Amino acid sequence: MIDATLVELSRAQFALTAMYHFLFVPLTLGLSFMIAIMESVYVMTGRTIWRDMTKFWGLLFGINFAMGVATGIVMEFQFGTNWAYYSHYVGDVFGAPLAIEGLMAFFLEATLVGLFFFGWDKLGKVQHLAVTWLVALGSNLSALWILIANGWMQNPVGSFFNPDTMRMEVTDFAAVIFNPVAQAKFVHTVAAGYVTGAVFVLAISAYYLLRGRYKALAKRSFTVAASFGLAAALSVVVLGDESGYAITDNQKMKLAMIEGMWHTEEAPASFTLFGIPDREAQETHYELQIPWVMGLIATRSFSKEIPGIMELAALSEMHIRDGLLAYDALETLKVDEANPEAREAFLRNQQYLGYALLLKKYVDDPREASDQQIVMAVQDSLPNVFALFWSFRFMVAIGFYMIALFGLAFYLVSLRRRVPRWFLRVSFYTLPLPWIAAELGWLVAEYGRQPWVIEGVLPTFLGVSSIGISDILISLGGFMILYTVLAVIEVRLMLKYIRQGPEEDSGDDPAKLDAGLSPAFAKSKD
Amino acid sequence: MIFDYEMLRLIWWALLGVLLVAFAVTDGFDMGVAALLPAVARSDGQRRQVINTVGPVWEGNQVWFILGGGAIFAAWPALYAVSFSGFYLAMFLILSALIIRPVAFKFRSKRDEPAWRARWDAALCFSGVVPALIFGVAVGNVLQGVPFHFDSSLRPFYTGSFFALLNPFALLCGLVSLAMLMLHGATWLQIKADGEPAERARKYGMIAAVVVIVLFAIGGFWVSNMDGYRIVTAMDPQGPSNPLRKEVVSEAGMWLNNYRTQPLLWLVPLAGFAGAVLALMGLFWRVGALSFLGSKLSVAAIITTVGVSMFPMILPSSTDPGHSLTVWDSSSSHYTLGVMLFATVVFLPIILLYTAWVYKVLWGKVSESDVNKDMY
Repeated sequence: MIDATLVELSRAQFALTAMYHFLFVPLTLGLSFMIAIMESVYVMTGRTIWRDMTKFWGLLFGINFAMGVATGIVMEFQFGTNWAYYSHYVGDVFGAPLAIEGLMAFFLEATLVGLFFFGWDKLGKVQHLAVTWLVALGSNLSALWILIANGWMQNPVGSFFNPDTMRMEVTDFAAVIFNPVAQAKFVHTVAAGYVTGAVFVLAISAYYLLRGRYKALAKRSFTVAASFGLAAALSVVVLGDESGYAITDNQKMKLAMIEGMWHTEEAPASFTLFGIPDREAQETHYELQIPWVMGLIATRSFSKEIPGIMELAALSEMHIRDGLLAYDALETLKVDEANPEAREAFLRNQQYLGYALLLKKYVDDPREASDQQIVMAVQDSLPNVFALFWSFRFMVAIGFYMIALFGLAFYLVSLRRRVPRWFLRVSFYTLPLPWIAAELGWLVAEYGRQPWVIEGVLPTFLGVSSIGISDILISLGGFMILYTVLAVIEVRLMLKYIRQGPEEDSGDDPAKLDAGLSPAFAKSKD
Repeated sequence: MIFDYEMLRLIWWALLGVLLVAFAVTDGFDMGVAALLPAVARSDGQRRQVINTVGPVWEGNQVWFILGGGAIFAAWPALYAVSFSGFYLAMFLILSALIIRPVAFKFRSKRDEPAWRARWDAALCFSGVVPALIFGVAVGNVLQGVPFHFDSSLRPFYTGSFFALLNPFALLCGLVSLAMLMLHGATWLQIKADGEPAERARKYGMIAAVVVIVLFAIGGFWVSNMDGYRIVTAMDPQGPSNPLRKEVVSEAGMWLNNYRTQPLLWLVPLAGFAGAVLALMGLFWRVGALSFLGSKLSVAAIITTVGVSMFPMILPSSTDPGHSLTVWDSSSSHYTLGVMLFATVVFLPIILLYTAWVYKVLWGKVSESDVNKDMY
């Protein structure tokens, strides 16, 4: 049987490196687009203040981009180093989007990002602008392919288990690419990245305005962030609702967990705004419910039911018993590849093979599992309701707060009202929120999928490499030290350059600049 | 599908080589330059000059490594699973070096304190030397066979240790790899830099070229007497990818077998020597283009030599030779190989096009006086 400590350490290392990597990704996604927008304004108007803005935000983008690339390399290889059985089991499906990401997207952004920094004197204005847009495009396409891979983990379409090769293989690549879960995740994730970029620019601009420094740059940046951020914040919530809809058909358990919904309710189900889910009692205490809302969000109908946690658990038990039939047939096929009865029996039950594998946590041969062990495996299919319930609610609350923040910011800058100092302060202190929301979102997505690494196909604990505990302790400790040191250096560099501010070598006359600016700032005393 | 399974496996075996060669030929000079940095550049201005010769291109070059990883995952998933988990701590060292490198490039010149810059210079040197050495050590172990096996569900188990990787033959291969990439870095500096750094690079490059020639020759003699691996049962090149359905034996001198049946293959290791000689001549006569082409040829041919010597073996198992990974039983499915080939045929030319454009824009030597605030 698989060593439980090895599993826990492998998961800890993956969670650490993935969540750390995702501190840099959303800012890259958002900031690259905002820089491209700023440079477009420069090219169209010829006003050098916009070039200075592009260079200044580009500098901060570069520091962040280097960290994103460095931590991303680990992600590309970690499946092989720490999840070797997973890599063998699903590499035929899962490897392709990762490879295509390299071919189509990462190559583009990484090759051209050098020219963004080094090409100002070597390229024409329009050429340089094209480079900037292609970097932004590359980073966004990169997210697309990674989320296609991740979407397949949540909803493994277009594939089957091949008993000759003992692994999952692709039957339909179009289904993998156009997986509705992947598409919904992609738009939700990049929109969250745009919000992150907008908050970053908004907060730092607010800091300058509060200090009365670099006003020309800060005011324009604030305006760009307000407009870009409003569009992004609206999309993130609307498209997040889309991914809530998408999971209903294939990740019912995750939905029930997020909702703390222990038993199936009559349609349309109500949305629980507040509550304390209790696993022991199988109920959610102190519930504050809004009738109908959940049923409408999840099924977009008044009549479709959303199954509760306990009903889904009963279904899991049935799947485990069917899975055992597939497992038994597969064992026969291992020694007698051509056995026609075993092939037929396997084909009949193969979609439930993964459920039988859940028993491998307790017994080497799932066919020898006792009824009690089956009950334990069913229990395992229920993740931590409390954590999911609250992570989801905090994420959504931050999403709605962002709409309010950017809505107000946009109103203030576009309707030429004064931007009050309290609002600048609020904008500044909003800085950490998008990162918190993004990490919580991944927690809901990945932790909510447990005990599966591939939903219904492969339990997480089976995916690990057969490596020694000491090996993984060395690497985990090494990553922690390395990542902590780099985080400290990165934050200090960012702060240094933010304090130092842009180089004010703009050819424009500052007095003339302010005259052409929105009165929102002209009137404010900053 | 146009190509049958056998054909696609051959194409992906070749593409695996192409990607590794592309990585070594492009990112190889970045690593070589980083490894040479303390030796060829003494003052801060020279260091910035040398770093700036690779500054705008290393990031794109490094993608060949990432793409190589992705392509192995997609086309040879069993190889991806067995090798990276087996060489666990070695991979961890490479990944650490590759995490440190981008950060070192970006952060080095962002502060003025000499101590800060000296630390990042040391980090850059580490990030060049360590991967170059370990890649060679890994290849040396692959040639000798790696202790791994599968259970009946094809879960891989590696039974060696990190220190067993550091055996004499593997260390020799590590030194070949390091010398060859330092030579490549030196010839790059020969065409991209001027002044003292270029002069010193020329000197170190000539030493590296001689080392490559000598060590590659010693490695060749060693391999000719070493145990190689051979499939002894009939294999269906169109069959399913299951590495448990064959028998393999190890025999002395077997890695020369392909040269016995196809004598033309001798041209490949010969090109490895010829490239190093050309590089040496180019450095000696100060013909930058010749030396860089020579080191490129040498790097490409030395890597290709390993591939053609082992074909159809990819990763032999020393403990259970029958479980060895070969071209015929460790690839992805027919369909996946086809789709991936399509993606490669569409995107690789585009990549080459914009990469060539970037190099063209950056054409010309980098001088110490060119280093300005926009650069590293």
